[in-house]
Amino acid sequence: MNLFKLWNFHGGLHLDGHKQESCKAPLAVARLPERLLFPLQQRNGEDSKPVVAPGDRVLKGQVIARDDHPFYPPIHASSSGIVRKIEDLPLPHPSGLTGSCIVIETDGEDAAMDFAGIEDYRQCSPDELRRRIYEAGIVGLGGAAFPTSVKVAPGSDRKVDTLILNGAECEPYITCDDSLLSHYPNHVLEGAKILLQILKAERCLLAVEDDMPDALAALEKAKQRGGFEAIQLVRVPAIYPTGGEKQLISLLTGREVPTRGIPADIGIVCQNVGTAAAVYNAVVHGTPLISRIVTVTGLGVKQPQNVLARIGTPFADLIQQCGGYTNEAERLVLGGPMMGFDVPTDNLPLTKSANCILVAGRNELIGEKRSLPCIRCGACAEACPVNLLPQQLYWYGRSDQIERALDYNLFDCIECGSCDVVCPSHIPLVQHFRATKGKAIAKRREREKADHARLRFESRQARKEQEKRERAEAAKRKKENLGTGKSPEILDAIERAKLRRAEKSAPSSEGAAQIDGDKQETVVPPAGAETRRESAKVVHTETPPGGPESEAQAVPSEID
Amino acid sequence: MLAVFVVCALFALLGLILGYSARRFKVEGDPLVDKIDAVLPQTQCGQCGFPGCRPYAEAIARGDADINQCPPGGEEGVIALADLLGVEPKPLSAEHGIEKPKSVAIIDESKCIGCTLCIQACPVDAILGAAKHMHTVIASECTGCELCVAPCPVDCIRMEPVKETLATWRWPEPKAVGQ
Repeated sequence: MNLFKLWNFHGGLHLDGHKQESCKAPLAVARLPERLLFPLQQRNGEDSKPVVAPGDRVLKGQVIARDDHPFYPPIHASSSGIVRKIEDLPLPHPSGLTGSCIVIETDGEDAAMDFAGIEDYRQCSPDELRRRIYEAGIVGLGGAAFPTSVKVAPGSDRKVDTLILNGAECEPYITCDDSLLSHYPNHVLEGAKILLQILKAERCLLAVEDDMPDALAALEKAKQRGGFEAIQLVRVPAIYPTGGEKQLISLLTGREVPTRGIPADIGIVCQNVGTAAAVYNAVVHGTPLISRIVTVTGLGVKQPQNVLARIGTPFADLIQQCGGYTNEAERLVLGGPMMGFDVPTDNLPLTKSANCILVAGRNELIGEKRSLPCIRCGACAEACPVNLLPQQLYWYGRSDQIERALDYNLFDCIECGSCDVVCPSHIPLVQHFRATKGKAIAKRREREKADHARLRFESRQARKEQEKRERAEAAKRKKENLGTGKSPEILDAIERAKLRRAEKSAPSSEGAAQIDGDKQETVVPPAGAETRRESAKVVHTETPPGGPESEAQAVPSEID
Repeated sequence: MLAVFVVCALFALLGLILGYSARRFKVEGDPLVDKIDAVLPQTQCGQCGFPGCRPYAEAIARGDADINQCPPGGEEGVIALADLLGVEPKPLSAEHGIEKPKSVAIIDESKCIGCTLCIQACPVDAILGAAKHMHTVIASECTGCELCVAPCPVDCIRMEPVKETLATWRWPEPKAVGQ
């Protein structure tokens, strides 16, 4: 393990860990809350469709909403109870917007469905395993909540040789992965084996930071039991942001993920350790992802600790179980101090991607200090783990030169906040970058919408043009036919009518008199219908000795 | 003498090359109109006084219209046009209307009598319906031009600002602290 050659990545910071607060307490199991809330929206997409209605009784592990899209796996109830309502509630999102949520009132029985696992998953095809992962509702537990079934399907054109399990929990305060690795090392290692089988990869690198001795010891011990030869434990230095996907890949393999590319492009798939454990539970035990370990910490909470909690548990319940708020409590942050965001209320549900609830005390975090003008010292560029030039991005972002900011690879920014920490002028750089990214995306969407509207406008104009032309042509044809009777068919018909009249007027003059006085209908002699049709058929080929139909056509022009 | 000959020959040659490339690389249409049209918001609302964004673009290119007649484009649109045409930006002309938040037309379907007047008014075919049948707006296609509002004989069309969703929400600019 210690012989493993580590590479490095640019920049990064040594931060004060604040890990002891939460990891010295034992892992607690959260109480069953009275209410569980399940937002229907996952990852900014469309709402999943609820498959339960208010009043229904649901069991633990039952699917309560689903979407056919591969990006939105099903949502499961995390305990048994009655569906009370489906209503708009605040979401755990930086916007503070509300969204449709299924509210389940638990009945305390915690009655579960029958979960069918497969003991020997080696017989299963990768597709079958992916389907199980999807059906278990597994998404990345590291924070981005990207659906795991999609991530482990890199496509046939990408050969994956290395699976990286990310246990490098670099962000201060958060210790949920540490706790998971210490308590459930076997689940993670078994999950890694399943993922290796799906990906057909040769090796797995399990990265653990060197300030997580308990986790390392537990993993070493679990590994000694044998069967995990393909998995290599790697101790990585505790530098922020080692746990960033691209940074960890650089550190472990020396390969760089291309801009706008994914790790699978360079033969790597990276998963959080919690995700691997969830995969193990889903495949071997058949249990969907209905709980996770979350760190509840900060000066604002009485007993900081890690809690194994059901997905959908309101934050308030978790904080109460950790002894409640202290007098210090000032800010509620979802996520860590570097990449987390403030939330306005504790009445928000725990989601699959929530790794930390941080109740910060007064002046505990880098607050909003008065920012001074940029002195272009370049400290941010030195700290940037992605090798960007934050001072340039800030410059272009502030002056609304979005195109220029994009030229400087704004979208490669991982928003880690390293530049914020080192900035001597206390400029909230990441907030500026987020805003500029938002503007760039909004602008692109607007452009796309405008192009679409132009297309629709132009096709409508073209259609109207054509309709107008067709109408004009039709009117012209009608006018020509009426006025001059130049159309050959009509001329023929007139000829025939003249002939017929001549014939008729020879034997008796009665018919002719009638034509002059009456309308065309009266001209039609009561001849048999068959003969009429027959004569109509031959009209175009030769000139028959006259028929009632051709007569009828001819008459109006004669009257004219 | 030779110099004169060489210069003449050179001129003739260059003339031929220019003449050839003028034919070979002829640009169809007016590229300036296309560029202006690409900057306009394509709302097709006609507030500029021209029947659609492209006619307005043509008018700007001809010099018949000013760059500040497009309220949906707003100040930002005026600046983009000014940049493109190399002129000074100016405030939006008030007589053509004011900049409003993006909105979408909504038909109160219980009141709709199925007269098809709004369908005929919609410049982007975003209203669906048939004579004497209920009409509805395809919200994703609606540009918010308001052209359907006036023709409705029963006043059942209203404009509603586009709601913010998680997909459209953007991080705001950081607040200036202590300044």
